[in-house]
Amino acid sequence: METEVLWLDEQRVVSLPELVEVSGLTRDELLELVHGGAIPVREVQGADYVFSARVISVARTACRLRDELELDMAGLGVALRLLDRVRTLEEEIARLRALLPRT
Amino acid sequence: MKYSDYYAALGVERGASQEEIKKAYRRLAQKHHPDVSKEPGAEERFKQIAEAYATLKDPEKRAAYDALGARPQGEEFRPPPDWARQHAGGQSFSFDDVDFADLFSRFGADGGGGARFRENVAMPGQDFEVPVEIGIEDAYHGTTLELQLSMPEYDASGRLRRVPHPVKARIPPGAVDGQRLRLPGKGGKGLNGGRAGDLYLDITLKPHRLYRATGHDLFVDLPLAPWEAALGASVEVPTLGGAVNLKVPAGTSSGQKLRLGGRGLPKPRGGAGDLYAVAQIVVPPQLSERERELFTSLKEGSSFDPRLHFAEGK
Repeated sequence: METEVLWLDEQRVVSLPELVEVSGLTRDELLELVHGGAIPVREVQGADYVFSARVISVARTACRLRDELELDMAGLGVALRLLDRVRTLEEEIARLRALLPRT
Repeated sequence: MKYSDYYAALGVERGASQEEIKKAYRRLAQKHHPDVSKEPGAEERFKQIAEAYATLKDPEKRAAYDALGARPQGEEFRPPPDWARQHAGGQSFSFDDVDFADLFSRFGADGGGGARFRENVAMPGQDFEVPVEIGIEDAYHGTTLELQLSMPEYDASGRLRRVPHPVKARIPPGAVDGQRLRLPGKGGKGLNGGRAGDLYLDITLKPHRLYRATGHDLFVDLPLAPWEAALGASVEVPTLGGAVNLKVPAGTSSGQKLRLGGRGLPKPRGGAGDLYAVAQIVVPPQLSERERELFTSLKEGSSFDPRLHFAEGK
């Protein structure tokens, strides 16, 4: 049987309860990170938040950092923002490297 | 089973206080955590540190660990006969095929021998997050990976053992560097009706001899002879879907990008990135007599100054 494969990208969306289920964070923890701007919301539908599936990786990283580095919510927020900046810069470096001739 | 020296993993003495153990763990975890460190082997090193800390931070588990005695790292051993009775909830316990890490991983939460763990409480299966490296051709065509994972599992008689968990994972066309995929239910088995875990794949693309990828766009160097760049030419360019002819306009300079629309990597939901051929003017390394004559003639007959802008603003 062919396995379902889900692309964790900007096109796919997930709800807050789904994000709670797959991330390991509690609803309150996720909301704190959302309100602090560390986890971006794609849109607000009434009282519900909708996220791009890309944030699943971000939320799972947050859960690992919480458990394995024993970070509190403030520390998690800072760590996630810094990791996002690192990711953005790495993507920019990769893009610029792709422009450079190999020889 | 093979003995793991948890105190050595954390770099502390066997008599270290709980505070010293915590400090050592935090210092090492910050350095080696795979979400933070890009050093080779960081993930494996962090696993050893986390495994050691998970046992030593818990006084009950630490006492059980200490009761195994101090041994050289990696030494084959079996726990003393009364160890399971004293420390593993009084259960009869088989140590055949048991991984040392598994011995302590669910200790305490399940009463040591697994009795409470097996009763009624639905437990989701373990999620796996696996970094995988695929070629650009695999990203273009899609590929199937056969992953050999291993996971702790309770057998019918309640014995904990590590079992192979082979997973076939189909990666559809369209993955890019940094892409993450989720394969629901492809992780570890759930217990007592709990859902199966998920498999997460973190994809990176291997360097390719011709193409450089950024997102779904690809870049390829396009060497051109000086006369092709000056006069224009039709040249064959390799693409992942087969060679195509590209019209190089007259007056093309080095570094100029010529776009082949839709010839990059496919996108998961249709469409594709572009392929950019980056012009590079290449001169013959050794000129023949005739070529030398022609270039000399060009030099004498041309008023072109490629460095004219140096003088601007003087």
